This record gives sequence, structure tokens and C-alpha cells, in this order.
Amino acid sequence: MTLESLIPLAYLVAAVTFILGLKGLSSPTTAVMGNRIAAAGMLVAVIATFFTQDVQGGVPVIVAGMLVGGVAGFAGARMVKMTAMPQMVALFNGAGGGAAALVSILEFSRELGAGRGTPPFGVTLPTLLALVIGAVSFSGSAIAFGKLQGIVTPRAFRYAGQQVVTGALVAAIGALALGLLVSSLGTATIDPMLLIVATTILALVFGVALVLPIGGADMPVVISLLNAYTGLAVAMAGFTLANQLLVVAGTLVGASGTILTRLMSKAMNRSLGNVLFGAFGAATAAGAAGPTGGDDGRTIRSIGPEDAAILLSYAQNVIVVPGYGLAVAQAQHSVRELADLLESKGINVKYAIHPVAGRMPGHMNVLLAEANVPYDKLYDMDQINPEFQRADVALVIGANDVTNPAARSNPSSPIYGMPILDVDKAQNVIVIKRSMKPGFAGIDNDLYLDPKTAMLFGDAKDAVGKVVQELKRAA
Amino acid sequence: MNDLIVAAYVFILAIFVGFEVISKVPSTLHTPLMSGANAIHGIVIVGAMLVAAALGGPLGTLLGFLAVVLGTANVVGGFVVTDRMLAMFKQRPTRKTE
Repeated sequence: MTLESLIPLAYLVAAVTFILGLKGLSSPTTAVMGNRIAAAGMLVAVIATFFTQDVQGGVPVIVAGMLVGGVAGFAGARMVKMTAMPQMVALFNGAGGGAAALVSILEFSRELGAGRGTPPFGVTLPTLLALVIGAVSFSGSAIAFGKLQGIVTPRAFRYAGQQVVTGALVAAIGALALGLLVSSLGTATIDPMLLIVATTILALVFGVALVLPIGGADMPVVISLLNAYTGLAVAMAGFTLANQLLVVAGTLVGASGTILTRLMSKAMNRSLGNVLFGAFGAATAAGAAGPTGGDDGRTIRSIGPEDAAILLSYAQNVIVVPGYGLAVAQAQHSVRELADLLESKGINVKYAIHPVAGRMPGHMNVLLAEANVPYDKLYDMDQINPEFQRADVALVIGANDVTNPAARSNPSSPIYGMPILDVDKAQNVIVIKRSMKPGFAGIDNDLYLDPKTAMLFGDAKDAVGKVVQELKRAA
Repeated sequence: MNDLIVAAYVFILAIFVGFEVISKVPSTLHTPLMSGANAIHGIVIVGAMLVAAALGGPLGTLLGFLAVVLGTANVVGGFVVTDRMLAMFKQRPTRKTE
């Protein structure tokens, strides 16, 4: 038995670790282990690959590439702030998509270069799919990253003739692909390499055109979808290379990613089609209400930290509603301090976690866990919603769209039907917010005009810190 | 053709496994799970290694190099970021006594 004959065996081991890893990641107690098992399997696969014939000539290039990519990936993953996690995932996902596209280009060129003309249909088809899906995932992820990072407008970017442009791109990609497939059947017409290059460019443009019109609030779903895309692209690259490990791993991610995407869009009460093509976030605030009032004469009440402290100290039950603003301001530790202080006064403090609070499902839990907030104080939307009417104060910190009563009452609102936290049912509502700017969905929040709502303007960390000081002084 | 049929079998079966393995995930774990799956499709690194030297020439080498860079960033970044997310969920020993 030669060393090389062991390689498929190593790949089999890796494939099993990926399945076990995914399985492990879907339960809280086994998640850490699952991730590490999959990582170990990945290492086994990479080491085994070094022993294949194909790799021999390329070792210097590969090692150099691994050093650069490894350092970049490691540094990026270690240094990114917890709040920026979602866009980091988008970035890594885009990298995978780009790699899949490059692999299919290289393999295609190798086949061409061998002088056999366009590879047979069975190779050309998956190569094309890997190329197109990978390239779309690459540029789409880049735009998603830009939107979450604030480099690209987080608003849904729509333009006249958008449908036409998108449709034309799809048609053009389809035509080019058809040209290649025809030439794979033996009748070469145009230089196949030219077709590949043109397809790549169009697919990259299509990725941009696909994600640009989607509002920032929907980015988590989009990233999850692109993640599934990349998985599919990798599986297709596996077909091209006749490598079963790529097929298994890529397909696993493609399938599980699709399920995950559906779970996420369900948590937002939106169908996937609605996310991709709906007008969510496009119906942007026709008039972002000024800081003084809405259009129907109701006014916004603004209070200072000392009033907030008094309101809180007389409460029995307080529900904290954390949102992205808390994450951005890194206010989780201050919030913990506030909660501790209130609890020392015998006040009940609970946290209401909307499924998409933060930027992604579970994002808020991660942040609060970082600040040592006990896990059993965090309540899901379904558990906590009936309790709002018994709460004396609902303290909304940097959350917006997930508290907007319009989702319940206003059928013309773009977020109508989205499950929300029933914050408006609490006796008093304190909203800590930087300004009256609308949230990511780009719409106004009626909650702020409610007479029992008091706005405490300021950076979340700052404002919570001041409330803590006031509470301490009063004590 | 044989390779292709085998790959097709693997593809179809893996779809079923992928669907099955994810059922009933608490929403807390959605983000780490997505991130972990993201790292797993970094397996494209193996494909990148296999074709890195396929073309040769300056352009071919550059593309091969880039493919390896992107694939490695996907793998390393993906696993490390997932691990960091999950570290936040670790049970603290003091919790039981609270």
C-alpha cells in the first residue's frame, strides 16, 4: 500500500468529521467540540493533499499562499470586534466563493491547455456552475460586508430599470454558458477561454446587482444564503476535479445553509423571495421624523439620566431590550452593571432577546454572554412577550425595528407581520438611542411617539453609565 | 463518466445528510452554525492546492496563489471566528451556585 492510496481514506475521515462537526454545532453543549472536530478533519485533508501527485510542482506557491491567507484569516478572526462578527463571516464566505471560482477557471484552462479542446459536457457544466455561483457569492459577500461595515449604503439601493438590468445579466450569463456547453459537445465556435472570462465578469456584476438592492436589515439572511451558495459552488468544483471530499463538504454546507436561511427568514416572518426581491427597506422613511414630533402632532418626550434612574429605582419588574445600538457602543458591560445594581435593590431584571436582535440570530446572546450576563436571564421573544404588561419599565437600548408596533398594526408598513417584542405594553418605556434616525429597515417607529415612552438620547454605553452613576448617588 | 456518477450519488446523499443534520437548531446557535458551515466549505482549499500548479506561467501561478490565499483565509478565519463565538457560551463554573 503506497502513501498515495491512503489519501482517499484521509478524505473519508475528513468527510465524517464535517458531518459530526455540523451535528455538534447544532446543540449548545457540543458546539465547541463540533467546531474543533471539523477543524481537525480539515487539517487531515490538507495534509493528505500534500502527498498527491498534482500538488508536487506547486508546493512553493501553495505554502506561500497558505502563509498569506492563514495570517490574514487568523488575524482578521482574532482582531474583529464581536459586533463586527457578521460582516467578518461575509468576508470569509466571499473568500471561499472566490477560491471556488478560481479553482474552476484553473481546472478549465488546464483541460484546454492539454489540447483536447473544451472539456466534455459532464465537466464543463459543473465547472460553469462553480464559476458562476462562486463569483456571485464572492462579489455579493463583498457588498454585504460593505453594507454592514457602512462602506456601501445600508439602504436598499434601487434604481429605475433594475428588473431589466438583473434580467439582462441572467440572460447574458445563460447565453455565454450555453455557448460553452455547445462547444463542449464538439462544435467550437468562439474561443472558450474568452467565454469563461466574460462569464466570470458578468457573474461578478450579477452578485453586486443581486445584493445592492437589499436593505441592511436583511443582510444576515443574505449572508446565510450566500454561504449556502458557496457550499454549492465548492460541491460543483468537486465534480470538476472528481474529488468526492469537495462534493460532500460543499453539499453539506449547501443543504444545511439552505435550511438555516429558511429558519432565519422565518424568524423575521419573511419569505426568502421577499428578502431577495421584496421592497423591504426600499420604502424608506418618506420623512424621518424630526426630534420634536411626528406628523400627527404627537410629540417625543426626552428625559435625562437622573429621571431614568428614578423611574428604574421605583420599578418592580424591568425588562431590558438590547439591540444593535448596544452592540455598536459596546455597552454590554455597562448594562450588566446596571442590572446588578437594580437587582441589589430587589428589582427583577430580565432580558428580552428578539430572534434577529443585533445583526444575526444569536448575535445578542453572544454579546451579553461576553459581559457575563447569566444565560437564564435571557428570554426568547415568545417567552417574554406576555410579561411586558407586568413590567414597570421596558428599557430599550439601541433596538428599533424589533420594537416597532407598526409591525402589528399597520398593514402598509414594510415590516408588517414581522414578530416584534411587545415593548409598548409595558407601563413605562425608556428608549436609549443616539438620535431619531430610523433603524436599519429605514422606517419610523411609532413607539417613540407613545405618551408613555421617554427618550434618553445618547450613546448606549454613555447613557447607561450615567444612569448607573445616578442610581449609585441615590443609593 | 464513472467518476461523475459516483459524484452524483455522493451529491444527492449529502443533500439528505445536510438537511437532516441541521433540524431543530436553537436560534442562539444560528450565527455560530452559519460560521462553522462557512469554515467547512473552506475545503475548497484542497481544490486550490490541486490546481495551484496546473497552469504555470506568471498569470497561472498568480491565480493559483490567489486561490490558495482565499481558500486558506476561509478555513482559518472561519474556524477561529466560530471558536471565538462559541467561547462566549462556555458554561461558567460559578453559574450553578447563583
